[in-house]
Amino acid sequence: MAALIATVLALPLAAEEVVLGLSRNSIAIDTTFDGSEILLFGAIKREEAIPPSELGIVVAIAGPSQPLDVRRKERRFGIWVNVDAVEVDSAPSFYAVATSGPWSQVLSQVEDLRHKISIPRAIRSVGAPGGVVDAQSFTDAVIRIREQSGAYLIREGAVELREQTLFQTSIDLPANLTEGDYVTRIFLTRNGSVVSKYETIIDVRKVGLERWLFELSRENAVLYGLMSLAIAIGAGWGASAVFRLLRQG
Amino acid sequence: MQIYLPIAEVSVNIFLLLGLGGLVGVLSGMFGVGGGFLMTPLLFFIGIPPAVAVATGANQIVASSFSAVLAHFRRRAVDLRMGTVLLIGGLIGAGFGVMLFNYLKALGQVDLLVTLFYVVFLGIIGALMFVESLRAIRRTRRGGPVAKRKKHTWIQKLPLKMRFRTSGLYISVIPPVLVGMAVGVLAAIMGVGGGFIMVPAMIYLLGMPTKVVVGTSLFQIIFVAAFTTMLHATTSHIVDVVLALFLLVGGVVGAQFGTQIGARMKAEQLRILLAILVLAVCAKLGLDLLLKPGEVFSISEILPS
Repeated sequence: MAALIATVLALPLAAEEVVLGLSRNSIAIDTTFDGSEILLFGAIKREEAIPPSELGIVVAIAGPSQPLDVRRKERRFGIWVNVDAVEVDSAPSFYAVATSGPWSQVLSQVEDLRHKISIPRAIRSVGAPGGVVDAQSFTDAVIRIREQSGAYLIREGAVELREQTLFQTSIDLPANLTEGDYVTRIFLTRNGSVVSKYETIIDVRKVGLERWLFELSRENAVLYGLMSLAIAIGAGWGASAVFRLLRQG
Repeated sequence: MQIYLPIAEVSVNIFLLLGLGGLVGVLSGMFGVGGGFLMTPLLFFIGIPPAVAVATGANQIVASSFSAVLAHFRRRAVDLRMGTVLLIGGLIGAGFGVMLFNYLKALGQVDLLVTLFYVVFLGIIGALMFVESLRAIRRTRRGGPVAKRKKHTWIQKLPLKMRFRTSGLYISVIPPVLVGMAVGVLAAIMGVGGGFIMVPAMIYLLGMPTKVVVGTSLFQIIFVAAFTTMLHATTSHIVDVVLALFLLVGGVVGAQFGTQIGARMKAEQLRILLAILVLAVCAKLGLDLLLKPGEVFSISEILPS
């Protein structure tokens, strides 16, 4: 009985659904790679008339996550030294969020917490070691530093919504892109609560020479090291020989 | 023209890398220093991750030092015997240094200790060298005879004497081995080749002629940097060969020009320029400690081990 009620209650939620298109679902990093733009476009599929409540679209792209060490300097005996350190368990190397309107209108706090959409929610930090009272300021610092470097982007109102049916946005991926799966999520919201969600993966991979060198450096490290040294010695010898010829000639 | 670096995972301008390599190469050829102390912060500044910058810098140093040492060889300005003795000391010292480094790391605060060490050490070396070479320059201006630098008498009394023909020395091997060891320890802790500590030590402690010092220092730096490169390549996989390639093309050309400039200069002029360089690095590090940083927080990725 309870299950039936739940299904009935859930039904209207599925009345609207996101259909998504991507300008590309994989990005190849070759030697000339210099950033890339991804165009996301889609439509809202529905079986009934457009509901009167407020519609919102939130797009989030997250790069692969990694643990971070965050340190804070303080003045001790007249010099600036690292005093406190907090380990952030997982922070995405890249994160971009775009919305169709002001943040507070398109997404409620509760839904943000549940789906971990905004940047502070996307970073996972279990806790600070004893003695650090303001662990939050360390997470804030990660966000601040990465926003400045362009790795974290917030684009409020950057999703264009037409006739409550069609939407599109574009997101710039920076030149210092890390390889991996970029999880792309689209949320459809009504009055700030998520009614439909679509998730796909943009595959970012090195190709060609980049791929070959990267794999060689991991799988055949000794050979890779020797190759690097051989190039260095060869170039050093070559330059010396060329200069000797130039001086004689 | 941009190029994406496979290990550093950033896209950078090719000509910027060539220029950077060239600049550091000139210094390397002139003074016999590897230039890692200059290259690492410059690479960091253009957006290369610090760990990759250190490891790749070592590979570039192999190239520019090799290029420069060949030029010095032709001029018979490399004391192979002294270089080998220093290198043996250096390798023993580096072993101790790595152990000491891990011990300090376990205590925490290793960065601070390294920087403090750097500032004090560079400050003393730079200042002493500056004063000494200034005096030497004044003396030659007055037209007086070039005074022989004072040789330490206690060094002459040590056993195990060996003849170093290229340097014109007949001294015990104990002081060069000790100098090599001390530099090895410092190099391992500070993560640099140690050229700009080695060069003053050879001039003032061992009494070697300045012209021979540059080539001999380069000779042993090649081995230290090659060892460092292999260590980084096999343990943490952070040597970026594409980055190294562009840096070293600039570096080897710069090193050739550097050697020519160095050969045309007087020994005391060379010494005073190196002293100024050392003092400048010292001042920069000192200010970093004293001034409030723009951002008190710093992030570093934890590498999966």
